Amino acid sequence: MSDTVHAPIVEMKDIEKHFGPVIALNGVSFDVRPGECHCLLGDNGAGKSTFIKTMSGVHKPTRGTILFEGKEMRFDSPRDAMIAGIATVYQDLAMIPLMSVTRNFWMGREPVRRVGPFRFMDFRKANDVTMEEMRKMGINLRSPDQAVGTLSGGERQTVAIARAVYFGAKVLILDEPTSALGVRQTANVLSTIDKVRKGGIAVVFITHNVRHALAVGDRFTVLNRGKTLGTAKRGQITPEELQDLMAGGQEMVALESSLGGTV
Amino acid sequence: MSSTGMVDERIKKTSRLRTAFIRPELGAIVGVVAVFLFFAIFAGDSGMFNPQGVLNWSTVSAQFVIIAVGACMLMIAGEFDLSVGSMIGFAGMSIAIMSVTMAWPVWLAILLTFAICMSIGALTGTIVVRTGLPSFIVSLAFLFILRGFTIFFPQVIERRTIIGGISERAEGDWLAPLFGGKVGEGFFRWLAEMDIIATYSRGARAGEPMVSGIPMLIVWALVLVIVAHIVLTRTRFGNWIFASGGDAQAARYVGVPVNRVKIQMFMFTAFCATVFATCQVIEFGSAGADRGLLKEFEAIIAVVIGGALLTGGFGSVIGAALGAIIFGVVQQGLFFAGVESSLFRVFLGVILLFAVILNTYIRRIITGER
Repeated sequence: MSDTVHAPIVEMKDIEKHFGPVIALNGVSFDVRPGECHCLLGDNGAGKSTFIKTMSGVHKPTRGTILFEGKEMRFDSPRDAMIAGIATVYQDLAMIPLMSVTRNFWMGREPVRRVGPFRFMDFRKANDVTMEEMRKMGINLRSPDQAVGTLSGGERQTVAIARAVYFGAKVLILDEPTSALGVRQTANVLSTIDKVRKGGIAVVFITHNVRHALAVGDRFTVLNRGKTLGTAKRGQITPEELQDLMAGGQEMVALESSLGGTV
Repeated sequence: MSSTGMVDERIKKTSRLRTAFIRPELGAIVGVVAVFLFFAIFAGDSGMFNPQGVLNWSTVSAQFVIIAVGACMLMIAGEFDLSVGSMIGFAGMSIAIMSVTMAWPVWLAILLTFAICMSIGALTGTIVVRTGLPSFIVSLAFLFILRGFTIFFPQVIERRTIIGGISERAEGDWLAPLFGGKVGEGFFRWLAEMDIIATYSRGARAGEPMVSGIPMLIVWALVLVIVAHIVLTRTRFGNWIFASGGDAQAARYVGVPVNRVKIQMFMFTAFCATVFATCQVIEFGSAGADRGLLKEFEAIIAVVIGGALLTGGFGSVIGAALGAIIFGVVQQGLFFAGVESSLFRVFLGVILLFAVILNTYIRRIITGER
């Protein structure tokens, strides 16, 4: 930990989360550093959602500690986490299709311009910043008034990511951003993740697609039945090994041989 | 920075026509033009377009506009209020009972009524956001509750359902003219002197201009439209209104106080209903227990004609106002044209159907659904 650049910005140690008798997370350890993309893989029901929600302040862990920039922290609400710099882009995106890209981009944080005693939304600034940020991400909008509904799924993901980055996210949690996308759009989102990472932001990329993870990930952690099965660095693990870990080992091997290795 | 730079070759150029088409007000603008053309042809020589005629349908339109503005803002925020009509009756009766029966000053009656009605609006809104029930059901309950009280109180206190005598009580009051007065009286007297507008030739008001001024009702309508339009399209709060109606959960994720916005819109709707009621009571000098019947539906229809989506998140105050003008002009125009007035309801139904179909189509264009 001598090199501060590579010190983890978020470090979660032995996190447990119980919902009544259900143990959703049973001792999960995870950390992410600025400028890296740490992929969290897991099958449905592995505890990914609970884990994200614990990290982003929605749930409080039953046991375990979370360190943010080296200090222990307890977020009381997602808003606290957002203010600290942990932004989550959920699968359903939190975009409103009928509203323009600008209105969506600035929703909840609209820039304001004073005219005498009145305060108006500063549309000139809002539009210019939106166009500029979208261009940085490689999307040329027809107009900032364009409704989000007219964008493709991948472009919507990119708007959500650009928004989080612009508003100062230090940690970006992406909840299955590629799961509902086509091949081309997935490639676009993955390249967006790459751009964000190169900008020095810590990216937590949640997915159950091994190929998507390997395309951009620096480290990989597999979650299975509420536990982490270790973290591997890029180049230390093969897609097959990751796939096996996700599925819980043995059964998958058997299944895979019977399907001829196509899973 | 401007929007120059590379243009994605895959994005089709959209024609101006198509861009204009997805403006929410378009249908209403076409409707207004059509309605005016229609009556210019069929009632052009009936006096509909002389000063008194214009004042007549403008006043009726302004009534529709006032409640449509409230209903529009609320609908964009994703909610309905079916209690608007009952609220109008309730507010009028409240002013009448306080000022006539209880002999309180009219200004106090008006201010207290505004406070009571807006509190009821806040209560409706709070129940809606706390329980998560559809506002349709909650406000339907208030439709009956308020109408019931509007009949109950005058029955119990005065043994009748119409209370008069407010005009006498309002004389000399400082607040009443803000609702029942007229503006520009000097200007209209001057117009009469110049022989530009007609004067009464006999009777008690001989020599006075036939149109003596613009009723405050119209002024209220204009002010409400302008203020609401600016708030909606040009302010941060306006963005929150769109966001609350577009997707409440998405808005909450980014910190928009959705519940507060919705409750405030219920209060604004109640405010508009009370403005309507106060103008009516001060002008007529009486309050009746059946006032405002069916007004909630007329307001909602005007808003839908104005291009707002019933599902919230999209709409325009200007559109709603135009929708209200279509109503006022048609209702009074049928009278001028000598057509049986019951046809007005047929017209309402037909135009509502057309508007909803058109809106659904526009929504598909905007969101790119197929």
